[in-house]
Amino acid sequence: MQVTRRQFFKLCGAGLGSSSLAMLGFSATEALAEIRSFKLERATETRNTCPYCSVGCGILMYSLGDKAKNAKSTIIHIEGDPDHPVNRGTLCPKGAGLLDFVHSASRLQYPEVREAGTDEWKRISWDEAFTRIATHMKNDRDQNFIAKNADGLTVNRWLSTGFLAASASSNESGYLTHKIVRSWGMLAFDNQARV
Amino acid sequence: MALQTLDIQRRSATTTPSPDVRQNLQTIEVAKLIDVSKCIGCKACQSACMEWNDVRDEIGVNVGVYDNPPDLTADSWTVMRFSEVEVEKDKLEWLIRKDGCMHCADPGCLKACPSPGAIIQYSNGIVDFQEEHCIGCGYCIAGCPFNVPRISKKDNKAYKCTLCSDRVGVGMEPACVKSCPTGALVFGSKEDMIGHATGRIVDLKERGYANAGLYDPQGVGGTHVMYVLQHADQPELYHGLPKNPSISVMVSLWKGVTKPLMSLGLGFVALAGFFHFIKVGPSKEDESEHESEPH
Amino acid sequence: MASLAPTFGRGAMTNHWVDIKNANLIVVMGGNAAEAHPCGFKWVTEAKAHNKARLIVVDPRFTRSAAVADYYAPIRSGSDIAFLGGMINYLITHDKIQHEYVKNYSDATFLVNGDYDFGDGLFSGYDKDKRSYDKSSWSYQKGADGYVLVDNTLQHPRCVFNLMKQHYSRYTPEMVSRITGTPEEQFLHICEMVAETAAPNRTTTFLYALGWTQHSIGSQNIRTMAMVQILLGNMGMAGGGVNALRGHSNIQGLTDLGLLSNMLPGYMTLAGDKEQDFTAYLASRTLKPLRPGQMSYWQNYPKFHVSLMKSWYGDAATKDNNWCFDWLPKLDKIYDVLQVFELMHQGKMNGYFAQGFNPLASFPNKAKIGGALAKLKYLVVIDPLATETSEFWKNFGEFNDVDPNKIQTEVFRLPSTCFAEEDGSLVSSSRVLQWHYKGADAPGEARGDAEIMAGLFLRLQGMYKKDGGTFPDPILNLTWPYIIPHSPSSEELAKEFNGKAVTDLTDPKDPTKVLVKMGEQLAGFAQLRDDGSTSSGCWIFSGAWTQAGNLMARRDNADPSGLGNTPNWAFAWPANRRIIYNRASCDAAGKPWDPTRTVISWSSRQNKWVGMDVPDMRLDAAPDENVGPFIMNPEGVARLFAVDKMAEGPFPEHYEPFETPIGTNPLHPNVISNPAARVFKSDMEAFGTARDFPYVGTTYRLTEHFHFWTKHARINAILQPQQFVEIGEDLAKSKGIKGGDWVKVMSNRGYIKAVAVVTKRLKTLTVNGQPVYTVGIPIHWGFKGLTKNGFLANTLTPYVGDANTQTPEFKSFLVNIEKA
Repeated sequence: MQVTRRQFFKLCGAGLGSSSLAMLGFSATEALAEIRSFKLERATETRNTCPYCSVGCGILMYSLGDKAKNAKSTIIHIEGDPDHPVNRGTLCPKGAGLLDFVHSASRLQYPEVREAGTDEWKRISWDEAFTRIATHMKNDRDQNFIAKNADGLTVNRWLSTGFLAASASSNESGYLTHKIVRSWGMLAFDNQARV
Repeated sequence: MALQTLDIQRRSATTTPSPDVRQNLQTIEVAKLIDVSKCIGCKACQSACMEWNDVRDEIGVNVGVYDNPPDLTADSWTVMRFSEVEVEKDKLEWLIRKDGCMHCADPGCLKACPSPGAIIQYSNGIVDFQEEHCIGCGYCIAGCPFNVPRISKKDNKAYKCTLCSDRVGVGMEPACVKSCPTGALVFGSKEDMIGHATGRIVDLKERGYANAGLYDPQGVGGTHVMYVLQHADQPELYHGLPKNPSISVMVSLWKGVTKPLMSLGLGFVALAGFFHFIKVGPSKEDESEHESEPH
Repeated sequence: MASLAPTFGRGAMTNHWVDIKNANLIVVMGGNAAEAHPCGFKWVTEAKAHNKARLIVVDPRFTRSAAVADYYAPIRSGSDIAFLGGMINYLITHDKIQHEYVKNYSDATFLVNGDYDFGDGLFSGYDKDKRSYDKSSWSYQKGADGYVLVDNTLQHPRCVFNLMKQHYSRYTPEMVSRITGTPEEQFLHICEMVAETAAPNRTTTFLYALGWTQHSIGSQNIRTMAMVQILLGNMGMAGGGVNALRGHSNIQGLTDLGLLSNMLPGYMTLAGDKEQDFTAYLASRTLKPLRPGQMSYWQNYPKFHVSLMKSWYGDAATKDNNWCFDWLPKLDKIYDVLQVFELMHQGKMNGYFAQGFNPLASFPNKAKIGGALAKLKYLVVIDPLATETSEFWKNFGEFNDVDPNKIQTEVFRLPSTCFAEEDGSLVSSSRVLQWHYKGADAPGEARGDAEIMAGLFLRLQGMYKKDGGTFPDPILNLTWPYIIPHSPSSEELAKEFNGKAVTDLTDPKDPTKVLVKMGEQLAGFAQLRDDGSTSSGCWIFSGAWTQAGNLMARRDNADPSGLGNTPNWAFAWPANRRIIYNRASCDAAGKPWDPTRTVISWSSRQNKWVGMDVPDMRLDAAPDENVGPFIMNPEGVARLFAVDKMAEGPFPEHYEPFETPIGTNPLHPNVISNPAARVFKSDMEAFGTARDFPYVGTTYRLTEHFHFWTKHARINAILQPQQFVEIGEDLAKSKGIKGGDWVKVMSNRGYIKAVAVVTKRLKTLTVNGQPVYTVGIPIHWGFKGLTKNGFLANTLTPYVGDANTQTPEFKSFLVNIEKA
């Protein structure tokens, strides 16, 4: 019995992202050989850390595409890193499902704006986004920055704009975020440690 | 002498013997041991199973329990079964059992299957479905004493846990075992797994579970998926795990008497009577689906 | 972690995940490690399997942690201080304390100010109008030499030990049971099990998380347990300690890096308005020892601070301008998220950024949060996913019933990369900085967080350069040495926070000898200086990227001691120590309390501390110098008495949740709830009472999901597809609710509808003579993603926060329930 290509995709849980690389090397009939072919045979392994809780489990990400200039690599599988002293290769149901987070249909693709009072998103360029946001910031900061308090003491703070930082982002981006936010004079600044 | 040996030992509906010249020297039986006393019901095994095998079930609803999906399906090859029991008065226990194919040594599914090569058993004990040979008759369901195989509504073929034969074949553990955070799942030779279980049972008895024991039911010749149970005397507590599972007499009859008729093309007729209670989904493919349809 | 630092000196998990396997007893309370941290919980099962350890779970619900526990006891949400205070009372009255440890390593012997007092629910110095304390009496008695007076015989009535004994004498087993609903015999059984580990060679470890923090007395919950651990002598020991299980992958890192309104990197703090004088600012943080010979490591504050300012402002930071001290904003109050959303709600804010954060779902009282966001001029959401916050203006029917036309906020949504698409490091709960690598390109035009921040910064800086504006100095002078200015690399940033020599560093004893050449990476924070010759963006991370390279990327998992320490796996702060306060694992003479679990010990042959871990002690501090193990505290010891470090008192006291099911406090009916907790007047009015909302609501997460992220991941959506609430069989019966029915759960702030899960795992408790029922409310649903649309659980929760951390009271509030 032959299975149509359409059925094959369904069996394999289509939706592994848009890249056709995910299927390269697998023709439908080959994949139907008696034992399912081992899918990591030609994959590239990259070490990473699970981004969910604070156990900090080591993970191995397997991608197709050899990182050549014209090949866009796609992650096809994620499992625990057996060398990691804490998780020893294990993962929880969240970590074991990371592939579907990476390829979630909810992943944002490009900058957008929702204009005041409207009911829709509008795609914009990064350049436009930066300019418009920075203009808002400068207007607000220039008008509301408090150089001295009521008692004439130097306080140099900007209270009318605030910032919540991501506690799943790396130390490096967190460090840069802090450096920048304080240079603006912000105090309304927190991360998830507060909740 | 390798765990990953995937020589075929038995094929469904096949009378030709399998080649076995290597078996005596090289084959070790494998087993997955599920230690219910260590299981936290996190469903990492369910997650890893879906991820590795590229199956995704429907996003369902909550039916008033933690179990989700609420039952095995053609896309959910393993599910957690949660049972709240009080074996001793006022001492609540939340028994959480990972359900799925037991990989019986004497597999009722394989015996019942009328399609040549649709179900095979490897020499290491793994029972695998070869869906391209499956005709969707559902007899494997009737043959299974654990109610495990499911027919897919998408392609009308039977699916179940493969014990990740594709991973085992390259020397890796099944995806569920690798993911299990607490080590409630372990995998290795059946002999080692029985040894491991023995140690766990000593620990459980020391912690007050006098009836702790191993579940490796002999009615199906033993299984290649075994449980350590706190209350091995009452497997029914664990969401109805059968106490003495055995292959239905119907299947035994089919195997013993009816099956030779298969080659004469009479098998189906005879079988229809035995398996009249099985419901089978539509076998027709949706007509709107064509090869040329953009994916 | 505003409870651990006041007790021990540092705000972090003291031991590490793998070390849990060394415990004899594990208590999971105020958390649900099996569900929230399954792979860390593995080490609990290892301790049980290989160390004969026992596991106790105390929780309002019989959780998945309880499913594998040796002993479980129920407790009413919000009554943990009563339970643990009763345990302190038990340990003292049954003389189950580690005497030598308590005498040498805690402040038990310290004499307390004669004016300190406690009566009828209040400590001395309370100001009712300000809802805060004058803490001047919460202090030690000092001698003429400036050091604290002590009584080593513990006889003095004003010594900390006797004050503590007196304070907790009210917490009798009867009183504990009356407040907590835990049956008395179960409480006593747990006390007995815990008390066994007062033996010097036995340890208990506590695992907790948001089940303790998310209360109006959250910090004090944790402090009470910390006091138990001091009395048992478990701090610093392998298999002991206080294991604060952080919720997010880098919440520890971001806290270490000071991304909080009042903090600077490395637990340094911003100045208040009144701290105009730089020298005084430094002096008040340069803590002098309170006992002779103590390390009091914050004596080095100026080195850490000046090095930070050199990292940020480079050549612009000079001694003459106080290293740009005035460029740092000064605080008139704490701008925590509750304060900020209160201001936003009042229309006092114009802009807000949510970077990888979903405040509409994460902060209490969703209606207030949404209303506040609607008053902004602009909102910028930086996230890999389409969050509820980014669409707070959109109508999702019952789930988010708003009129977009009336919301004038301009909302920008910027796509960021996720973990798989970037390099960098995260700090696990164990304080381990681990490096990770990019495995694939981001979808579409998504960019990394650092690149997005750089883009925003450079665009704004360009505007200030071109047009001028208000106080541009810090913006124009911020160091920006990155090779690709619009995209600083993780390598560059990591090197920057580690720190380097700004000029050649010479040996103070021999100026001709250069220790570190100009531009070289520093080996650790011991090399930092306060004269501008070093820079370091986060002193506690110093040592992570040295001249030897990136230590965070180390992958040697060898475990020479067998205790799971893996010293060459990645890098742990501080200074690669895996168990902090490890000096306390030895007796006063430097011998391990338990030789089978030796972490460090004093070698009289080598005249230094040696062992499997980096000693948390000056290496050559001989035991007879009596240098205390808690080197960050100027006392050198751990604090049973928190002096002025806590907002609501030096000893934890049981206060009821702001929404209490019993309407009184059995210990002191005149003071029911935390008298110093963060609460705004308008929110006080939104509190409900037990008359209208008779059941205890408590929110939590499920193991199948991570906050509001995984509902976007198909696998996890399959595993738990739809919103539900859990109720016990008694309550279900009385309301005619069956499992699978739809129910409506209401608080004074709103309602949610969900499927009912009816369970034996939520028992009816008898509290203060009346039955108390709990309604369990998992948090993971919303109106974006793949799971069935549902209500944000914070629709129900009250806007009140802990007095120290301002963490909201998500764990205990009042609700009603009916069949929908």
